Amino acid sequence: MSTSMFGEPIARREDPRLLTGQGRYLDDLGRDALAVAFVRSPHAHARITGIDVDAALDVDGLVAVYTWEDLPGPVGEPLPLLIPHPALTHGRTGYPLARDIVRYAGEPVVMVVARDRYLAEDAAERIRVEYEVLPPVVGIENAAAAGRLVHDDVPGNVGAHLVQQTRDAAGRDAPAAVEAAPHRLEFRLDIERSAAMPLEGRGVYARWDADDGSLRVYSSTQTSTSVRMAVAARLGLPKTKVEVIAPDVGGGFGVKIVHPWPEEVLVPWAARLLGREVKWTEDRREHFVSAAHERGQVQFVRVGFDDDGRIRGLDVRILHDHGAYTPYGIIVPIITSTQLLGPYKPDAYRVEFTSLYTNTVIVTPYRGAGRPQGVFCMERTMDRIAAHLGLDRADVRAANFIAPGEFPYDQGLTFQDGRPLIYDSGDYPRMLDMIKELVGWDGFERERAAAARRGRRIGIGLGCYVEGTGVGPYEGGHVEVDSGGRVHVSTGLTSQGQGHETVFAQIAAAELGVPIEDVTVTTGDTRRFGYAVGTFASRAAVLSGNAIALACRRLRDKALRIAGEALEADPRDLEITDGTVHVRGDTTACIPLRTVAVLANPLRYAFDDEAQRATQFATGGSPDEPPVAEGQEPGLEGRDYYSPVRSTFAAGMHAAVVETDPDTAEIRILRYAVVHDCGRLINPRIVEGQIHGGVAQGVAGALYERMVYDEAGQLLNASFMDFLMPYATEIPHVATDHLQTPSPLNPLGIKGAGEAGVIPVSAVIAAAVEDAEGIRVDAMPLSPDGLFRLRRRAAADPGLRLPRVRV
Amino acid sequence: MNGERTHRIAMTVNGTYREAAAPARRLLSDFLRHDLGLTGTHVGCEHGVCGCCTVLLDGEPVRSCLMLAVTADGHEITTVEGLATGGELSPVQRAFQECHGLQCGFCTPGFLCTVTALLRDNPRPTEEEVLEGISGNLCRCTGYQNIVKSVHRAADLIAEAGREPTL
Repeated sequence: MSTSMFGEPIARREDPRLLTGQGRYLDDLGRDALAVAFVRSPHAHARITGIDVDAALDVDGLVAVYTWEDLPGPVGEPLPLLIPHPALTHGRTGYPLARDIVRYAGEPVVMVVARDRYLAEDAAERIRVEYEVLPPVVGIENAAAAGRLVHDDVPGNVGAHLVQQTRDAAGRDAPAAVEAAPHRLEFRLDIERSAAMPLEGRGVYARWDADDGSLRVYSSTQTSTSVRMAVAARLGLPKTKVEVIAPDVGGGFGVKIVHPWPEEVLVPWAARLLGREVKWTEDRREHFVSAAHERGQVQFVRVGFDDDGRIRGLDVRILHDHGAYTPYGIIVPIITSTQLLGPYKPDAYRVEFTSLYTNTVIVTPYRGAGRPQGVFCMERTMDRIAAHLGLDRADVRAANFIAPGEFPYDQGLTFQDGRPLIYDSGDYPRMLDMIKELVGWDGFERERAAAARRGRRIGIGLGCYVEGTGVGPYEGGHVEVDSGGRVHVSTGLTSQGQGHETVFAQIAAAELGVPIEDVTVTTGDTRRFGYAVGTFASRAAVLSGNAIALACRRLRDKALRIAGEALEADPRDLEITDGTVHVRGDTTACIPLRTVAVLANPLRYAFDDEAQRATQFATGGSPDEPPVAEGQEPGLEGRDYYSPVRSTFAAGMHAAVVETDPDTAEIRILRYAVVHDCGRLINPRIVEGQIHGGVAQGVAGALYERMVYDEAGQLLNASFMDFLMPYATEIPHVATDHLQTPSPLNPLGIKGAGEAGVIPVSAVIAAAVEDAEGIRVDAMPLSPDGLFRLRRRAAADPGLRLPRVRV
Repeated sequence: MNGERTHRIAMTVNGTYREAAAPARRLLSDFLRHDLGLTGTHVGCEHGVCGCCTVLLDGEPVRSCLMLAVTADGHEITTVEGLATGGELSPVQRAFQECHGLQCGFCTPGFLCTVTALLRDNPRPTEEEVLEGISGNLCRCTGYQNIVKSVHRAADLIAEAGREPTL
């Protein structure tokens, strides 16, 4: 394979469009479409006793008002439970519009369609919904106590309960191994809710074509193919009559993988019913109260270890808050409970999670998808062990690493894709050396002392993680060279702004030996590619990247065969350089790919000069053979799929130096370092960008962002005024270094990189603040007032104070 | 409820005189996007925090979601569509591409307008001044590092262009 383009930090091909205002995001489409607004429940838990729409009917420009009773057949059925799991014994999903009961503040109750959004909102605010307010369940511990129920038919508010465990060499389970260990610790950890919060919210725009009975839907989604299936099923249309396109997507970070959202069913349905273009664009408040959140967990840890800090037994119980419904199943706690192990190999591990209903917004994957919580648990545990034993925190980690020679390493658990949790490759000791070097771990005590002499309080923290990326089942790629020599690449997987058009073009250019300028890439458009899964789980490069590479290899084989006939050469002696097929070492015997494309498609009609060469009187060939040979197809194209046996495991280590203000308790990150291993890099610049953005979201989750629900289930900070998304002034410079241990599982040797940056940040910042303050940090996020209160508690409770941790 | 009264609203947008009728409550952001079809200006929060909708009003950055279109009547507006000249990216736009200062691109128009004004007023900002200058714009993708780099790079490009002999 030519590597001229693969691995190069080239500038993104999306950028000229996006920099000039020529991007096309959901709300940029359908200028004349009717607009939708929703009446959403103001209560976290209530029974709907009446809906009076009369006052809305006077609003000029009102087109339609719908409640659940108006929804026919499958349109009004509960939304699908997308990822069933045997442990999810009490999965529940909501209706597109609430039926009888609302279970979170923000749940859609009435849909209003009007000439524009202003008028739709006018009408919506005139609709009176009567409620009988029911007591809500808010907070993980209230859910677990089950004094009240979110769903009458779900005892204990328990949606799912799952135990996974491994045994040590002596056959002991984790509780027994903990008991038998020389040292033991037991503690509780808390992580609060946060959210993906892309700057573009969700949105759906649908056009019904009555002439041919077809529907075109645009959605700001991470999975257009699956939205297509869902819409077709709900509306009773054959798949061939529904096309779904993800236009430019203004960030997703997980929240847009959920589908079909109520709006994705209702908007196309209304478009068909009304015979009009209909659009709904989510506003910011709607995003806060009706999209999805993540992260909230309580963890109870028991760990037993030896004098070196080797974990003999680890026993973790997790309470996970999944909100009012479970459309996305229990993927998040499954990932937490499995990826918690990181690069380590405890002798025995037991994890038990209980996934609980609360009267709050649903919980579905947000970048990292349960890993930040798992890593928080494991890394806090490592730091506890080090503090207990008086050992260097890095040394305790090193004592627990899986060794480079132990791959593939089977953790003995079942991962989120239902496959065994087997790590494919990695080099954790080397990575630890790199991160220590990058952050200045070994010289830190001098730095701390120097800072202390100036009255400054600084600390250092470290966090390690392993991330299963590129889960199946599959993605596909299609590549076609046209008679102008242009290369058209498509994959059904969508982009949410990561730069897929660039990296997929790099892969195609490298595989085919064509100039990247000749390559165009289309993603997330079912008109171009119908079979796909979606963008999540750091899987785009791994799945679609490999599928496109395989499709290119098919095309290349065909091109060399046809060129071989034309050049009277053995295809094995041919190669493609700069878009021209030539004999290896001899560029005079050559034929451009565009001509090969012409020859690949025997023609009757000459529509241009180039096509003349492929018409029946122009081509030679045996009169006894069919123009399209047996087993061949016309056209110079290739299609292939990549379906991995299991995930490939990327890894990383982060470290940070923080300073805490002795008076104001302000926390400032002085240095942030990342060593990352995602196998072979396709475009280092894009990978670094992913890491920077991930770390920023991690810092946001560690220090600033939380969802503040009151006892009534009202989200108190549902705006950017109150939900503190960081600006440039809050995010540190991130120093990065890469290790490349190729994945043996896929042809390109790559691993996913999209989510990595966010995963260990809360653990790292907690460790660094703990180190600076000498006070145990067991809960994140940590704001200055939180640290201030923690100091006061520690002043009164010596149990919260740590012995000075040696580094 | 009768149809809303509309007003003729006229302004110079990206150097071109534009006029449309809209109700008094129409936000400038919606007027630009919907009535004038300039969808490059994005709306991220509609409460003036995210900065996605930033445009230049008589050269100064404003949140177009916090302004009514009628109050912009008679003024000059520059949107992201007006930053490139003759099909050539402006130095700020070029710098953002060179430095990978954007990912999903949704916040980018607001940053570009903000930075264009920032560098006009302060052609060689310090690191602190850059951070301060862009501290009213949210980005969820980049972690800002490459945006900061883009601003410094744009300052270089502008300085280089200024040194070139004019034809």
